[in-house]
Amino acid sequence: MALERCIALIILMICLAYGYAAFFTMDATLPPFMQRNPVWPSTFPKILSVIGALVALSIALGLEKDTGGGKKPDIDYTRLGNYKIGQALFLLGLMVAYALCLRPVGFLGSTMFFLITGSVVLGERRWFIMIPVAAFASGGIWYLVQEVLGIFLRPWPFFLGV
Amino acid sequence: MLEGILIGLTAAFTGTNLLMVIGGCLIGTFIGMLPGLGPMSIIAIMIPVAISIGDPSAALILLAGVYYGAIFGGSTSSILINAPGVASTVATSFDGYPLARQGKAGKALTVAAIASFCGGTIGAILLMIFAPMLASVALLFHSAEYFALMVVGLSAIAAFAGSGQVGKALLMTLLGLIMATVGEGALFNAPRFTMGIMDLQSGFGFITLAMAMFALPEALYLVLDPARSNNEAGGEIKELRITRDEAKQIAPVIGRQSIQGFLIGVLPGAGATIASFLGYAVERNIASKEDQEQFGKGSIKGLAAPEAANNAAATGSFVPLLTLGIPGSGTTAILLGALIALNVTPGPRLMIDEPEVFWAVIVSMYIGNLVLLFLNLPLIPYIAKVLAVPRTFLIPFILFFTLMGAYIGQNNATELLILVGFGVCATILRFADYPLAPLLIGFILGQMLEDNFSRAMQLEGGIGFILERPMTMGLLTFAVLLVALPTYRARRARIRA
Repeated sequence: MALERCIALIILMICLAYGYAAFFTMDATLPPFMQRNPVWPSTFPKILSVIGALVALSIALGLEKDTGGGKKPDIDYTRLGNYKIGQALFLLGLMVAYALCLRPVGFLGSTMFFLITGSVVLGERRWFIMIPVAAFASGGIWYLVQEVLGIFLRPWPFFLGV
Repeated sequence: MLEGILIGLTAAFTGTNLLMVIGGCLIGTFIGMLPGLGPMSIIAIMIPVAISIGDPSAALILLAGVYYGAIFGGSTSSILINAPGVASTVATSFDGYPLARQGKAGKALTVAAIASFCGGTIGAILLMIFAPMLASVALLFHSAEYFALMVVGLSAIAAFAGSGQVGKALLMTLLGLIMATVGEGALFNAPRFTMGIMDLQSGFGFITLAMAMFALPEALYLVLDPARSNNEAGGEIKELRITRDEAKQIAPVIGRQSIQGFLIGVLPGAGATIASFLGYAVERNIASKEDQEQFGKGSIKGLAAPEAANNAAATGSFVPLLTLGIPGSGTTAILLGALIALNVTPGPRLMIDEPEVFWAVIVSMYIGNLVLLFLNLPLIPYIAKVLAVPRTFLIPFILFFTLMGAYIGQNNATELLILVGFGVCATILRFADYPLAPLLIGFILGQMLEDNFSRAMQLEGGIGFILERPMTMGLLTFAVLLVALPTYRARRARIRA
C-alpha cells in the first residue's frame, strides 16, 4: 500500500478515536445547565471527526485520482538508504538529548555540545572555527534571552546552584 | 487633518524621537528574526523602556519602530530558513522560502520590505482618513460574521490543493482543526482531549507546530539530500533587485492587499493572520493560470500579497484602539497597557483631548515604515548571505533556532520533545506529498473558528444564524466561491485539453 494511503488510514484511526471520545465520553460529565445550550464542548469535535473520517476514508480507498502527472518527489522514501538517513537520525537523537539535558546540564553546556556535535556529524572537522562559533552563539543567545529579554535560561549545570 | 499631521510631524521630528525610531527598528528587526519572539513579545519587553522615557509621543514612536522592525524580522526568518516565528508570517514562507531556494533570497527580502512598507503606509493613510467611520462598521461584525470570516480565511487552503491534492489538503486542514481543539478552550473552560497530560492543558503551542511543520522537515531534507543545500542556483545568491516588470506585477497586488488587509485589520480579533492568508488566497484566485501555477513555488505575487496585507492589517488594528479604546489584537492590547501607563486613555475623545498623541501615533507609523525601508534595504545583501554559510554550520543552527523558538515560546522542555515528534511526523507526511501548510492554517484558525461558531450558536439559538444573517451568508458564499472557482476552472481546462 502506498505511503499516502497508509497515512490516510492512520488519520482515519485518529479520527475514529477522536470521534469516539467526542460522541461517547466527553458529554458524560457535562453539567445540567450546559446541556440546555445549543452548543456543547463536543459539538465542534463531533463535526470534525465525521468529516475527517470521511475524507481520510476516501484517500485510504484511493477514490481521489492523482492527476499530478507523476511529479518526481524531492525525496524518494522507497530508497531512503540512498540518502544520509544515519545523519538525519543522529541529529534527531541529538535534538532529543538537547531537550532532556537543557535544564540539568544548563543552556551554555548543552547548546555548545549540540552545535559542535551537530557540525561534526555533518562532516565538519575545523575545530578552530566550530568551538569559537558555538561558544559565541551560546553565550550571545543566552545573554540576549536571559539578560536583555528577561526570560530565564539556566546557564550552568544544576549542581552549581544557578 | 493637515493641522493634525503638522502636530504629529512636530512631535516626531526631533533628534531624540528620530533616534528612538531608528533604534526601535533595529532592535525589532534583529530580535524579530529569532523564531518565537514576535512583535507582541518584543513590544512587551520594550514597554518598561518606553514608560521610563515619560513622554507618550516618544514612547509610542519607539514602540512603533520596534513593532514594524519585528514584523520585518519575522518575515526574514520565514524567507531564509522557512521558520515562521509568528502566525502572520506563515503565508510569507509559502513563496518566500521557495524564492530563497532559487537563489533569490535578496529579491524575496526586497519584495517583502517594499510590500511591507507600502502596506503599512497605505494602511496609515486609510487610518488617518477613515478611522472614525470604520470603527462603527467594525461594531456591526458579530460572532456569526467572525465565524464566516474565519471560514473565508480557511479557503486559503485551496492554494495548496493542486492536481489530485484536494482531499489531502482538506484532510490536513481537518487535522489542524482537530489539533486546535486539544486543551482548555476559551469558551468552555474545560480541558478536552488532553489524555490527562498536564503539559497539554494549554494545547499545542503555535510556534512548536510551525517549527515542526516547516523548519524541521526542511532541515531534515537538507541533511538527507546534501545536494539541496546548494540551492537551485548552485549555492549562488543572485538577483538582489526587482526588475521593472516585476515591480509592475506586484504593484496592483500590493495596492489591493493593502486595502483589503487594512479593512480586515480594523475588525477586532481578525488581525494580520487572517489578512495574510486571505490576501494570499484572493491573489491566487484572481491570477492568470500561468501565475497561479507559480504560487507556492516562488511567486513574487504570492510573497507580496501576504506581506502587504499583514502590515496593512497591523495598522488597521489601531482603528478600534484609537477610536474606541478596544484592542483588536494581542499587540494593540499591550500598546493599550503602555498608553494607560503613560496616562493616555484611548477612546472616542483621544483625538479631541490629546491630538498630539493621536497624530504622533499616525506619524510614527509613517516614520517607522520609512526608516525600516531605508535601514533594511542596504542590509538585505548581508542578511541574504546567511544562506551562503556552509551546511555543516547552517543546519545545526537552523535546528538550534527551531528548538529555541519552541522553548522560549512556552519555557517548557517537554515542548522540545513534542517538536521533535511532530517534526518526524511532518517529514513522513512530506514524503507522501501531503501539503503541510493547510494543517498549520487549520490549527491557527481552529480555535477562533470554534469560539465564534459556538458563540454565534448560543446567541442565535442554533445553526439558523447562517441563513438569517445576510453578511454571514455572503461571506460563506464568498468562501465557497474561493474554493470552488479554481477547481471548476482547472476541471474545465482539463476537459478542453
